[in-house]
Amino acid sequence: MLKFLLTRIASAVPTLLIVTAAIFALMRMIPGDPAVLMLGDMAQPGQVEELRQRMGLDQPLPIQFVTWLGKVLSGDFGQSIATGEPVLPLIFERFGVSASVVLIAVVLASVIAVPAGMIAAWRQNSLGDVAIVGTATLMLSVPSFWLGLMLLTVFGLWLGWLPVVGYVSLADDPTAGLLYLIMPVLTLVMVEAGAITRMARASTIEVARLEYITHARAKGLSERAVMWRHAFRNAFAPTWTLIGLILGSLLANIAVTETVFTIPGLGRMLIDGIFARDYPVVQGCMLFIAFIYVAVNLLVDLIYPLLDPRVAA
Amino acid sequence: MSVLGLSLPRLRLNGLLGMGILTTVVLVAILGPVLVSGDPLALDFRARLMGPGPGHPLGGDEFGRDVMMRLIHGARTSIWIAFFTTCFAILSGLVVGILAGFLRGWTDRVLMMFNDALLAFPGLLLALGFMAVFGASRHGIIIALGLAYMPAVVRVVRGTVLSLREREFVEASRVMGNSEAVTMMRHILPNCLAPVTVLATTMFGWVILAESALSFLGLGVPPPEPSWGNMLSTARPYAAQAPHLILLPGLCISITLLGVNMFGDAIRDWLDPKMQG
Repeated sequence: MLKFLLTRIASAVPTLLIVTAAIFALMRMIPGDPAVLMLGDMAQPGQVEELRQRMGLDQPLPIQFVTWLGKVLSGDFGQSIATGEPVLPLIFERFGVSASVVLIAVVLASVIAVPAGMIAAWRQNSLGDVAIVGTATLMLSVPSFWLGLMLLTVFGLWLGWLPVVGYVSLADDPTAGLLYLIMPVLTLVMVEAGAITRMARASTIEVARLEYITHARAKGLSERAVMWRHAFRNAFAPTWTLIGLILGSLLANIAVTETVFTIPGLGRMLIDGIFARDYPVVQGCMLFIAFIYVAVNLLVDLIYPLLDPRVAA
Repeated sequence: MSVLGLSLPRLRLNGLLGMGILTTVVLVAILGPVLVSGDPLALDFRARLMGPGPGHPLGGDEFGRDVMMRLIHGARTSIWIAFFTTCFAILSGLVVGILAGFLRGWTDRVLMMFNDALLAFPGLLLALGFMAVFGASRHGIIIALGLAYMPAVVRVVRGTVLSLREREFVEASRVMGNSEAVTMMRHILPNCLAPVTVLATTMFGWVILAESALSFLGLGVPPPEPSWGNMLSTARPYAAQAPHLILLPGLCISITLLGVNMFGDAIRDWLDPKMQG
């Protein structure tokens, strides 16, 4: 078990290294000299040259990369060009906002979608199955930003039930915070539940075909016992991977939802950084989101053997 | 009638429905601007924020531009981008995947190292990074999304090639004295097409969704050129006065995606009959 854990954790190191290198390369491909960007168009050539030296931009690229990597590892993500603030504390602050929305949404979506998918699979080709798969496919086809805008128009503008613009932290004021969370969370739940339902259904159908299920039935076990004790664990494993992937990728995809509901999250920070050409912010956000994505996938893999008895650790 | 060696009658009702929706959208994209004359950029200030009515069947937008014309041209933009992006991702993925899977050794190791690095990013994050480099434009989106989705194709193709290269017919081709290039083109490539077709249909949907999301964020198709995503983005401040500006472009995206998803499901069921039960 320990060997499995260590091997898997160690395998994430080269991935992270390449990911960092890729982001570094990507940032250097952005047109324009960072020093000129920082000083503005009115800067004297002498000033630019001095800043380039101070930022190490006159060094060869591999040396720049190693220097930068060293800083990143020690927690120095640089300063925002626009505000001069250090990037990392800002990222943590914004991440807290995004993470609360994403976590609540993914947990709710899974709680609804996994049983729905399994029921659909158990009653395959019945009217209930058709209804569940139909709804899931429909939800899969609705873009989150449109669904969000529609909810906003109906419940915020027309009915006036929910606040339209802004965000209140749950920690500051739990009641108001919850009110602001309803629509963004609902949007994400509806969109993500579609994919999870379909996955849960497909993997349950796969498992229900296996001989040990027939054997369990032949023993005279009730359908409920067959389903929960024998089918669930094996069928849930692939769905678990998908939930992990969704959890990781939502941190980037949520930029869209944050834009709709004007939530000051990490995704919005990245987009604003791209618009402002604030490359330390863009670089920091991309690095952080990619890091969380790799970490979530690692965590999912580590938990996998606990869920799926066939993956011997 | 058969396609890729499979009989057509097994395409079920939802598949036909999906194909119908998809065909309609593609036809509107290609023929719409020819059949319905009108300029999606023409301003008519009397029609500003106007609901559906005479002269403008689907109303006017915040500048009084005709919404129907803009939706038709938006379809053209979406389909055009989705088509070229999917082609780009599939073709480059086929090349890299076949090379890696068939040649193995160092070629495989190096190619897969880069591929796995790209796979370690969430798709949209990678696309956003590329958009920061290329800037918001049609070509920028095609390259950014193409590169973001290529690694998935490489994985699928390489996996298929790895199992194919051990088969007798590949061995036979070698024994017959065919070069590696001929074996790859004539014996490996055709056998990769079935799984790639499934992936291509799904990807077409991903691209339409991602392009509209990027355009909605202001990092996709730049205004005034209409796309469904940027129409939603510019209509946001007017949601209360002119809800049709929010309703219609989103409906277009959703219906198109529904068509793609149903068609994709049907194609997958077709190639994987297990799921039909």
